[in-house]
Amino acid sequence: MDTLILSRIQFGANISFHILFPTITIALGWVLLFFKLRWSTTGDLKWREAYQFWVKVFALSFAMGVVSGITMSFQFGTNWPGFMETVGNIAGPLLAYEVLTAFFLEAVFLGIMLFGWSRVPRWLHTMATFLVAFGTSMSAFWIIVLNSWMHTPVGFEMREGVAFATDWFAIIFNPSMPYRLTHMLLASGLTVSFLVAGLSAFRWIIGDRSEAVRAAMRTGLFLGAFLIPVQIVAGDFHGLNTLEHQPAKIAAMEGNWETSSNVPLLLFALPDQDARENRFEVAIPNMASIILKHKAEGVVPGLNDFVAEDGTVLHPPVAKVFWSFRVMVGTGFAMLFLSWAAVFLMWRRGGVEGLPKPLLYALVPMAFSGWVATLAGWYTTEIGRQPWLVHGVLSTKQAVADVPAAYVGVTLTAYLSIYALLLASYIAVLFYLARKSATGDIPRPSSPLAGQALPGQIPAE
Amino acid sequence: MEIFGDPAQWLPLTFAALMGVSILIYVVLDGFDLGVGVLFPFASEEDKDIMVASIGPFWDANETWLVLAVGLLLVAFPAAHGQILTALYLPVAIMLIGLILRGVAFEFRVKAPLPWKKTWNFAFFAGSLMTSLAQGFMLGKYIMGLENGTTHWIFACLTAVFLTIGYSCIGAAWLILKTSEHLQHKAVGWAKGGIWGLVLGMATVSMASPMVSDRIWDKWFSIPEIFLLAPLPVMSIALVVMLWLSLRHLPTKDDNFAWVPFAATISLFVLAFFGLAYSFYPYVVPEKLTIYEAASAPESLFIILIGTVVVLPMIAGYTALAYTIFRGKARHLTYD
Ligand code: HDD
Ligand code: HEM
Ligand code: HEM
Repeated sequence: MDTLILSRIQFGANISFHILFPTITIALGWVLLFFKLRWSTTGDLKWREAYQFWVKVFALSFAMGVVSGITMSFQFGTNWPGFMETVGNIAGPLLAYEVLTAFFLEAVFLGIMLFGWSRVPRWLHTMATFLVAFGTSMSAFWIIVLNSWMHTPVGFEMREGVAFATDWFAIIFNPSMPYRLTHMLLASGLTVSFLVAGLSAFRWIIGDRSEAVRAAMRTGLFLGAFLIPVQIVAGDFHGLNTLEHQPAKIAAMEGNWETSSNVPLLLFALPDQDARENRFEVAIPNMASIILKHKAEGVVPGLNDFVAEDGTVLHPPVAKVFWSFRVMVGTGFAMLFLSWAAVFLMWRRGGVEGLPKPLLYALVPMAFSGWVATLAGWYTTEIGRQPWLVHGVLSTKQAVADVPAAYVGVTLTAYLSIYALLLASYIAVLFYLARKSATGDIPRPSSPLAGQALPGQIPAE
Repeated sequence: MEIFGDPAQWLPLTFAALMGVSILIYVVLDGFDLGVGVLFPFASEEDKDIMVASIGPFWDANETWLVLAVGLLLVAFPAAHGQILTALYLPVAIMLIGLILRGVAFEFRVKAPLPWKKTWNFAFFAGSLMTSLAQGFMLGKYIMGLENGTTHWIFACLTAVFLTIGYSCIGAAWLILKTSEHLQHKAVGWAKGGIWGLVLGMATVSMASPMVSDRIWDKWFSIPEIFLLAPLPVMSIALVVMLWLSLRHLPTKDDNFAWVPFAATISLFVLAFFGLAYSFYPYVVPEKLTIYEAASAPESLFIILIGTVVVLPMIAGYTALAYTIFRGKARHLTYD
């Protein structure tokens, strides 16, 4: 394996690991603010309990996000120097603004939010919670601006092989940014809804009937049921935008080889890039044309248009994009089905009590469905951009660093093993915390040392 | 003052200064919390909780200065960024893994089931140690002009050890300020043990860097520079003496002067930093690339400068707020 492929795997692994945690912290910050405000306005202890459970999950996720993010910020230099040398004039300021306007804000106020509950006035603590949530969203904004610009670059000119910014407004509000930002923020909201609902279902199953768990469960399910249709619509618009700017990516997502009208929607297929055809197609006639062009005769671009005269393939690897896309959409529909069923049953049968066992059991693994869909979505987006790093400007090959493959091999192995360990610990600790709260081993909020591991607490079995 | 007429002159200089300041702030701030981690094996189990409590609310923001420094290197000197980070590929990776381990250990050590606490305490120590050693190693490599070779390697190993001890010294000084009773007592001992690392570290670096390059030699040892620069070593010696004297009298009964060791170590770091900055200016990759050659387009730098000038005072403001809220002796950290 050469440096290029290893660097790509390493970058992919690092960012995949990183994004798991921002996806949680971005929306969980706002959910915590909601709990906090409910507690302030109603004085109902259940909100405070919910806050105090979920702030632990937040703190843990935040720490994971920070450390993996620091790794990310070094990757550009260690593995992709060509990226910064070519588009540094544009990527640089955007990253700098992220650090200045988002990272410091969230990092400083996080301390106050986590440990300031009894040290600062209540309004200041609420304010700190708000600023942390705001900071995480700002950071999502800046990084999505950069990422979207890599997909739909505008507002610059090339001089001697280096990009120079000509119009910052155009760069920031580049054509795919509004769609990608909306879709990502919604993805974060959904991830958190299902995480909250899933862990609450787990607590419910092991016998926790506290008001706090009901409140959290309802919050998660209602939020999820509300956001998922919005996400599906947003995803549809996102796809139309991509059709305009990156038709090769859409062709790969649809698994469509020939440009034509009346293109079917493939539910299942095994795209074969060497034979340039699909095997075992299961399809709904005309549907892809209808979704993308809103009429059955609509013409959908095909992959064969993106092969150069000499046979060089200029479109992304088809099967990966095709399947990532289906995993995301499939998860989305599973979310739709489950959250609407749950809300319907709660409405008809009187609250959380009315949820049948199978549904509760289904909610637990769905706690991480947001991760699956988010990763699948990013894989669609990013692999769909290949062979470009910055669409039409810089190819991935040109950007790679000149370090020995063995070095990258070593660091990649190290990262992968650490990430596997951390991920396992993270999930185990989430369930451990849930179990601890459910069985009441955790000191309730009135005790002075909640959140601190005290001698005498029951260790996990 | 005519250099201000030409942005290609003053922008790189301004950004070199900004980057230098963030590295300095980073080294001082994360230096003390890394140092606390390095001292972990010497502390008892209960002490460890207090030690973490003393840095818990701050570590994340402290590390953000590293992100800013790398970010500025990346945005202001893209060419240098690539060269430096690829030359330091492995130590950077070790540092990052260290930062990952210690960062998550903050959370896991209190949230994971109790029997795992020891493991995470160890991860916290190991991560802090890896990070400190890797940073010292990078410093050594950088001073040696990022060249490979046995002497360079040995020198870098030495700076790795000295910087780590230096961090533990400033960490101990922080603990003297933030703790009381027996832990404070212990911290005084640790700080005393760390002074020699600071002294040796500064001495080796000061002797080695002029030897590596004639240019640096001339900058220090020609007339009149040698006289103009004399205050630097003199002040360093005075600070070391002051540090030693204060440690001999600490802890005091009414906790007066607990801040002295911390202030003195910070000042030493600052002096050392200015010495290095003076030696290396105008190079960003030693002896290869100056800040003027490596700078990115003035338009881009200008955009960032505006943001920086507006936002840095705000960052300073709310950082001060956080340090004020968590001032005084460290208490157990709780979420309620
Ligand atoms: C859509 C969201 C998103 C995406 C795509 C990324 N990040 Fe991120 N990042 C965040 C959202 C986020 C966040 C929500 O702001 C985090 C997560 C937890 C946290 O502390 O902040 C964060 C943390 C975080 C940190 C630590 C900040 C601190 O010290 O507080 C760094 C240095 C980065 N990120 C850098 C990157 C880079 C270089 C990325 C891409 C190549 C990247 N992130 C992708
Ligand atoms: C956060 C969610 C993201 C995920 C899960 C993700 C995932 C991936 C994956 C899997 C690849 C490899 C594609 C391939 O080589 O076939 C890739 C490439 C890349 N992405 Fe992303 N990405 C994300 C966001 C970003 C952002 C925000 C940026 C930059 C601002 C970015 C910059 C890059 C770069 C530079 C590459 C090229 C390196 C490579 O091909 O591996 N990505 N990404
Ligand atoms: C079910 C209907 C959905 C549709 C039609 C849809 C559509 C899309 C499309 C077309 C893209 C690729 C855009 C591009 O790169 O050009 C995308 C990316 C993405 N999707 Fe979805 N999506 C759906 C559901 C979801 C769900 C449920 C989640 C997560 C909870 C999700 C998370 C993402 C993410 C994180 C990305 C990558 C970032 C981005 O490009 O916005 N999607 N989606």
